[in-house]
This record gives sequence, structure tokens and C-alpha cells, in this order.
Amino acid sequence: MDMLPTTPLLLDALFPNGISRYAVGGVLVGLGVAVIYLGTGIIAGASTFLESTLSYVSGLERFQRPKYLASRDWRIVFTLGIVSGAAIYAATVQGGIWTTDVQWWRLLLGGVLVGVGTRVGKGCTSGHGVCGVGSVSNTSLVNVATFLVVAIGTANLVAALGVSP
Amino acid sequence: MSENRGLAFQALIYAGGLLFGFGLAYSHMARPEVVLQFLHLEDFGLLFVMGGAAVVTGTTFAVATHLDATAPLTNRAYGRRLKSFDRNVLLGGGIFGVGWGVSGLCPGAAYASLGIGNYPVLIAIAGMFGGAYLQGLWRSYRSETSVKTPEAS
Repeated sequence: MDMLPTTPLLLDALFPNGISRYAVGGVLVGLGVAVIYLGTGIIAGASTFLESTLSYVSGLERFQRPKYLASRDWRIVFTLGIVSGAAIYAATVQGGIWTTDVQWWRLLLGGVLVGVGTRVGKGCTSGHGVCGVGSVSNTSLVNVATFLVVAIGTANLVAALGVSP
Repeated sequence: MSENRGLAFQALIYAGGLLFGFGLAYSHMARPEVVLQFLHLEDFGLLFVMGGAAVVTGTTFAVATHLDATAPLTNRAYGRRLKSFDRNVLLGGGIFGVGWGVSGLCPGAAYASLGIGNYPVLIAIAGMFGGAYLQGLWRSYRSETSVKTPEAS
């Protein structure tokens, strides 16, 4: 019986906002991928959109590859769906817009590195993290472990330098 | 192009995007502050987002790949997401990790963040396009100046 009181305390410490919002949201993200997969056989990640959309405006050979030209239209539709789905959340559950306090230079620098890194590393949190892990792909598991460790180190370093938020 | 790119195809993609974006917003992953709380080891909820999503996709992939069927809208075979491993997977994961740790944003969460009205995230999305363009430039430069090797992707 001595163990009982510590368990809720530990859960509160690890999950100060509970787990339901995270688990429910994650299942919905997975369902979004599953719906597209079952209908089309396509495993949709979010970051290829960056390169496939650049093919509209850049003649660089890298962006003019057939797989980008073939998928660039539906990837825009997918991204518009993501924006719209989040907007429905904002209009219903959230009840208005929400804006970040994270400083602009962090958004810009982080964005550039995310743009480089997801493309060099063949995927992002949805491609590797959700679809690749769901495929039990060793490549994806290694990629996810790498970016988790590096991101935790980076975020703590930034905080230790006194940057907040 | 043997694939059907008709209205039903685009509508299904859009519907999947709606679920995906609503889920990201519902899980608060569209708020970089919440992702940063996870990276500061203050709230481990993100593991349930990624894990919850991976359980759904994993179950779906496992069942579908054992069906004797193809996808109705494209006639594609059901497969898994398997990418070849090379050092770029580590290098790219590391660069992405720094960017994620600096900003608290990944591509999908950034699009969803725009949807919840977080207009400053446009700076990050512009940065992502800039970063994707820079690596395209760099790879083009590399392929012109070195012996061509078959690209694994």
C-alpha cells in the first residue's frame, strides 16, 4: 500500500496536462494517414510538400524529379487539409486564434534547419516518426532516436543560454 | 500516370489532411511551446501523440499488407514505409533535431499551427522552404562537382 500514493504523483509530474489530449490527438493523426493509405495506397508525410511545391517555381533538377511532379498537386491538397483541420479545431474547441510567444529568430532559424534536415534525412516527425515507426522501419527508428536526442539537447542548451521563450 | 487523380482522390486526401490537422491541433502539437515543454522534459505527452498515431498506422499497415487487395482509388499495392539507411539518415535527423529543438516546430505541426491562427509561424514555414531549397542547391552543386553516385531515397 505504500506504493499507491506515489504513482499518481509520478504521473502528474510526467504528464502535468494529463494524457487524453495527446493520445486522442495522436490517434486522429494516425487515422488521417490511415484514411489516405486505405483509399490510395499512399503513405503521406508532411515534409515532402516542401520540395514538391518548390518544383512549381524552381527548375533545379533536384526538385524536378518525377516523383515530385507526380505528387505535388495532392501534397498541396493534403497540406490545405491540415491547415483546415486545425482551423476547425480553432473555431470550435479553441474558440479563437492562438499565437506563439516563441521569438521570431527561433522560428526562422529552426525552420531553415528543419527544412534542410527533413530533406537530407528522408523524412520528418510524420514520415519517419508516425509512418516509418508504424512500418517498423529500422531506418526510421534510428532517425527518430537521433532527432529526439539532438532536439532535447538543443532545447535545453537554448534554455540554459537564458533564451525564453 | 496510371493513377486516378480525380475528384474522389483529391477529396480523400483532403479528408485525411483534415483529420491529421485537427488531431495535431487537438493534441496541442501545433503550439511550439508545448513541444518545447516536452523537449525540456517537463511534459511527456508528446510520446502519446507519436505513439498513438504510430499504433494506428502500424495496425492499418499490418492489416492492409496482408489483404489480397489493392487501393480502390489508385490500384496501388499496399506497402510499408521503408527507406534505405545511409549516413544521411543520421545527418538529416541531427540537423532536423537542432531545428526542432530551436523552434519547437516540425513541418506538419507548422501547417497546423497556421490553421489555429498562429500567423508568426509563417516565418518558420518560409524558413522551411528556404532550407529545403538550400539543400536542393547544395545537392545539385555536389552532383556537378563530384562523381555521380546513385542516390538512395
